[in-house]
Amino acid sequence: MTDLVFARSLFGTTMGFHIIFATLGVGIPLMIFFAEIMFQRTKDIDYSIMAKRWTKGQAVLLGVAIPTGTIAGTQLTLLWPGFMEVIGRVMSLPFQIEIYAFFIEALFMSIYVYAYDRIGPKTRLLSVFFIFLGATASAVLITNVHAFEGTPAGFRIQNGEIVDVDPWAAFFNPSFLVSAAHVAFSAFMTGAFMITTIAAFKMLKNRKNERLFTFHRKAFIMSLLIGLVSSFLTAINGHESAQMLHEYQPEKLAAAEGLFETQDHAPLAIGGFTDREAQEIKYGIEIPWALSFLAGNSFDTEVKGLNDFPEEYWPPLFVHTLFNAMVLIGSALIGLSLFGLVWKKFIKRPFPKWFLWVCIPAGPLSLLSIEFGWIFACTGRQPWVIYRLLKTSEVVTKSGNIGTLFLCFTVVYAILGTAVLLVLLYYFKRNTVEKDLAAAQGNSREGNGVDVY
Amino acid sequence: MGVSADALLAITVLWGFIFIYAVMGTMDFGAGFWSMIYLNQKKTKATNIANRYLSPTWEVTNVFIVAIVVAVFSFFPGAAYILGTVLLIPGSMILLLLAIRSGFLVFSHIAKDYERALTYISGISGFIIPALLISILPITHGKYIKVVDGVHQLQIGTVFTSPNVFAFIGFAVSSTLFLSSLLLADYSRNLAGEEKAYEVYRRDALITGPISLVMAFLIMLTLRSEASWIYSNMMEYLPALISSVVMFLIAGAALFIPFKNRNTLGRPRIAMVAVLLQYFFASYAYGRAHLPYMIYPDITLDAGFTDPNTFHALFISYIVGFAILFPGFIFFWNLFMKNPKTAEENES
Ligand code: HDD
Ligand code: HEM
Ligand code: HEM
Repeated sequence: MTDLVFARSLFGTTMGFHIIFATLGVGIPLMIFFAEIMFQRTKDIDYSIMAKRWTKGQAVLLGVAIPTGTIAGTQLTLLWPGFMEVIGRVMSLPFQIEIYAFFIEALFMSIYVYAYDRIGPKTRLLSVFFIFLGATASAVLITNVHAFEGTPAGFRIQNGEIVDVDPWAAFFNPSFLVSAAHVAFSAFMTGAFMITTIAAFKMLKNRKNERLFTFHRKAFIMSLLIGLVSSFLTAINGHESAQMLHEYQPEKLAAAEGLFETQDHAPLAIGGFTDREAQEIKYGIEIPWALSFLAGNSFDTEVKGLNDFPEEYWPPLFVHTLFNAMVLIGSALIGLSLFGLVWKKFIKRPFPKWFLWVCIPAGPLSLLSIEFGWIFACTGRQPWVIYRLLKTSEVVTKSGNIGTLFLCFTVVYAILGTAVLLVLLYYFKRNTVEKDLAAAQGNSREGNGVDVY
Repeated sequence: MGVSADALLAITVLWGFIFIYAVMGTMDFGAGFWSMIYLNQKKTKATNIANRYLSPTWEVTNVFIVAIVVAVFSFFPGAAYILGTVLLIPGSMILLLLAIRSGFLVFSHIAKDYERALTYISGISGFIIPALLISILPITHGKYIKVVDGVHQLQIGTVFTSPNVFAFIGFAVSSTLFLSSLLLADYSRNLAGEEKAYEVYRRDALITGPISLVMAFLIMLTLRSEASWIYSNMMEYLPALISSVVMFLIAGAALFIPFKNRNTLGRPRIAMVAVLLQYFFASYAYGRAHLPYMIYPDITLDAGFTDPNTFHALFISYIVGFAILFPGFIFFWNLFMKNPKTAEENES
């Protein structure tokens, strides 16, 4: 394998690992924020306990989110020095502003976790809000760099020199808002459905224990509600993302849909595999005209096919599967949360057991969707690192030895991933909801704070 | 020197970040190390004190690393290109250690039954990081970079056999222990009121301080033969270097002044301030002497400088950003560094 392949594998692995913790780092604070609001409105101690337990979990996740993010940021310069030279000249604003978002998050996270008992309820709510704001802002800003790679703006290349730099035009590149919103909404829904997963599992386990069951049920309902709203927004906005591709990166959309011939009334292919030789989707289902409608809100819209582009510029064709999986999971989760809420509102009987079972994979599926979406977005941009301006092969480091580094980083991620799971299991086995409830009822200060160590 | 005003402003900001991180980072890694060393001595509460400092601050400290990386590639993309190329291996080693260190630091506070093993992993990996970080400085002095077919290559073998690099590493390690023990001494007495812990950390500072000074002299000694350009430049800032040594002596003396109603001597707060000034003066002299080179002899400040439009946008964002963040920092400081009693109450 070449150093380019190793560098891509290494960076992809780093991002694939970071994104798990980063996404939860956006989604879980949102849930904590709503739990704190519910607590202050209803004075129901359950919500306060929820907020504290989720915060504890989040604090553990941060232990991996922060160093892996630091790795991601530094690895950009180490692996893709040619790319970062351009970014440094043109698109460094989002990175710079992101630092402030990190500071906000880090400051208020420490305040919330380590000074829980010392600050009043208002300040507490404000702190969680700032944690959430900092995390969301950092996601939005880093996504902006990704958006810029797909729809570069704010500079020209003249005789190999970068000229006419306008950093704010680069910042507000055409796909910024759409991409950023998609990433934010999908992170919210992932946080919510992770809670759904845990709550559903706990409800199944504690069917006999009335007190615990109601506790988890509250979390379950809350997560379904937030999950429904944000997954719906994700899908609507995903539709806009597809239209953006239609306009700015047509070969990516063509690869996503396995469309070879340019046509109007283009069909939407679901499932199946793209066959390069036969130039068609094998074993898929085709919905006539739907792709034209998706791309331009009208059946007459002409959608460009891959044959309009030189084959060396084609993205890898397997992105079709990734795109399908993302859309499928998104739609399924909207259905799932809608069903749950309709059941609660209109049927008013306990949730059927099978439904709770079906809810258990919601969180992991959502995370999987995030992974698929990103691999689709990044790999689908190949061979370009900056669309139509700079090739990935031109920017890769010339240092060598990347195979060894790939191995080292993968081993460390495996260790950290395993350790974080074990630590979370350990902690929540030791510190059960019963204990927190008992402590709250005893009204002692003990167990009331998010303890320091 | 022929450096544009913009580039000078940018390098000053970068220097500021590096200085802040050098201080906060050494305290951070040092506190992790001490919390490991004193794990067995529950009586003195030395570990407890170290953790109490470490827990709320490591995240904020970490942001400064990211800030440095971002400042380098956004202000000096040309230098970043070469630094990124030559630092692939040492940079990756630092990142790997950092990931293990931060992860296990958090885990050790959560999984109480495994605290010992986890603390050792994070303590030891954290202890190596400053040594690797500081080796970036001599790498920028130029001797270890070879250009082969237009590609800059780091001669790793030469780096890790050079007496000069070893002097830097020795300095980083001893400074880490010195600065952190002094900080923790101050913290123990003035904020936590733990005299036992104060005695322990005062003793540590008295041992590690002179070692770090010796290391600093060794750096100068080896620099003279290995990178004479920066040595002779530094000699032009001799007053700053002398002030630095004077501050060190003041700090040492401050640890022997009697303190009201206490058995053990010392005014750690005065010592702390003096030592910060000591490092400030020394870094100033070193930083000025390094100019105009980012990486000797290829890349000067201006050669690697970013686009002027980008620079102005970045600079405005700095001003706005700090105006917004400043109140947050003040709040944070008051909560954790000034309010020992409540910090203690929360201890459980
Ligand atoms: C929970 C996760 C999740 C779910 C359910 C969806 N997405 Fe998504 N999608 C992402 C998570 C995601 C992502 C990981 O956040 C991506 C990767 C890059 C980006 O900007 O967002 C993404 C990218 C992405 C792109 C590519 C943007 C680009 O290449 O710049 C398109 C066209 C869509 N999505 C479309 C959709 C549609 C039509 C969905 C219908 C339900 C959908 N997504 C659901
Ligand atoms: C966090 C979720 C992300 C994941 C899972 C992800 C995944 C990947 C993968 C798999 C690759 C390798 C592509 C290939 O060679 O086929 C890649 C490359 C890359 N990604 Fe992403 N990515 C993510 C986010 C980002 C963001 C936010 C940026 C913008 C800063 C970014 C910038 C890049 C760059 C510069 C490359 C290397 C050059 C290239 O292959 O085009 N990625 N990413
Ligand atoms: C779009 C995908 C990404 C999202 C949603 C995301 C989000 C986050 C979030 C929320 C955090 C804070 C940690 C937490 O609260 O859990 C974080 C940390 C971090 N991320 Fe990412 N990130 C993404 C991709 C990247 C990329 C591509 C880079 C590198 C260029 C990066 C660099 C960092 C850094 C440096 C940190 C650590 C900050 C610190 O020291 O506090 N992230 N990320």
